[in-house]
Amino acid sequence: MKKSKLVLGLSLLAISGLVLIAADHIDAPSVTGNAADITDMFTFQGQDTNNLVFAVNTQGLLSPNKTAEAVFNENVMIEVNIDNTGDNVEDLVIQAIKRGDKMYFFGPYKPSMTGKSSSIDVSKASGDVAISTYKMTPVTATKNGMKFFAGPRDDPFFFDLGQFQKILGGTATGFNNPGVDTFAGTNVLAVVVEVPKAMLGGSGTLNVWAETKRKQ
Amino acid sequence: MKTNKLKMITIAITIALVSINCNDNDNNDGDMDMMGMMDFSGTFVQQDQMARPAINTVFIASGQPKDDFNAAIPSAMGSKYQSIFQSRLMALNPAYDKNALGQSASAFTGLLATDVLNVSTTKKTTFFDGTNVLTGRALADDVIDVELLLIFGGSAGTLNPQLTSDHVNANDVAFGTSFPYLATAW
Repeated sequence: MKKSKLVLGLSLLAISGLVLIAADHIDAPSVTGNAADITDMFTFQGQDTNNLVFAVNTQGLLSPNKTAEAVFNENVMIEVNIDNTGDNVEDLVIQAIKRGDKMYFFGPYKPSMTGKSSSIDVSKASGDVAISTYKMTPVTATKNGMKFFAGPRDDPFFFDLGQFQKILGGTATGFNNPGVDTFAGTNVLAVVVEVPKAMLGGSGTLNVWAETKRKQ
Repeated sequence: MKTNKLKMITIAITIALVSINCNDNDNNDGDMDMMGMMDFSGTFVQQDQMARPAINTVFIASGQPKDDFNAAIPSAMGSKYQSIFQSRLMALNPAYDKNALGQSASAFTGLLATDVLNVSTTKKTTFFDGTNVLTGRALADDVIDVELLLIFGGSAGTLNPQLTSDHVNANDVAFGTSFPYLATAW
């Protein structure tokens, strides 16, 4: 009984048009397939546990053939937002934007405005790094205790999306064991920045999120 | 004549640019001197937003609603999206009562509707490792299994076992232990 109810629920959901596409890959019409599409965000302690690492991935499901031609866009800023007071409003931002063959980083700094619009305070520049080339050794830079990377990487996300879609579509009732990683063999364009925790404020907990913002 | 003049100017500019570019080779610091020559002006407007994995994709309907969610800011999400998320949760699992965190449908969706990643600056950072809950998101975290378990597994995590793991438990390649941590592209 319970099982059939569940399947019915899933089927109705599929019919209602909720097609599940994984982590945030290809999630919405206006950003899918362009430089503003965020696929995933990670925040974790660095090798030096005094640091936090922020990784923001964009342009998911890049095949090896497509990866060499995938590029960051000079009009699209990638912004890490950090709330260190618990109100879900950003107190600090770290901004990354491409100019030429480099990625330039600003912050962490307190933005002059919060919310949907941002500007860049060039006096808060914190570092830059050459954008790494596909199939070449990754280029990293270190400055002010921070580390910087931008370029193609393996998509770290893993999920049997195909089977999940079958479940939602009513043609399967569960996952297979082992499952199949839909994201195996695909790449993303990643921005990774490592920051001393001391630069991030707060009293033990932060709320963080990633945004892409396009120049108007 | 004019063409020649233009050529000369072009050559002059090229030489100037090349000279500046030489500074690039110094080291990382040299590039900052060039920043004054670059244009970082303008207003940048939100296109996409993301924190916890798969939230938009699981809980928001296709098309315009997904764009709307991507354009929303976290401080405004809770009031706008909690009830929408709860409807989706109950459609996914009509028998949902409580999850393994002891959360009712409204408590669980109240947490998820504000799409931020909770991060500890004092503890191990993980989505869930059996001990720590929502203290970050590490590369190797099996976030999909955590979310499936919370949606389908009930208060003991034992219900609907066919739906609580996709049995893809790790990435297809190993991650690095040092910066930039993510693995080499395929």
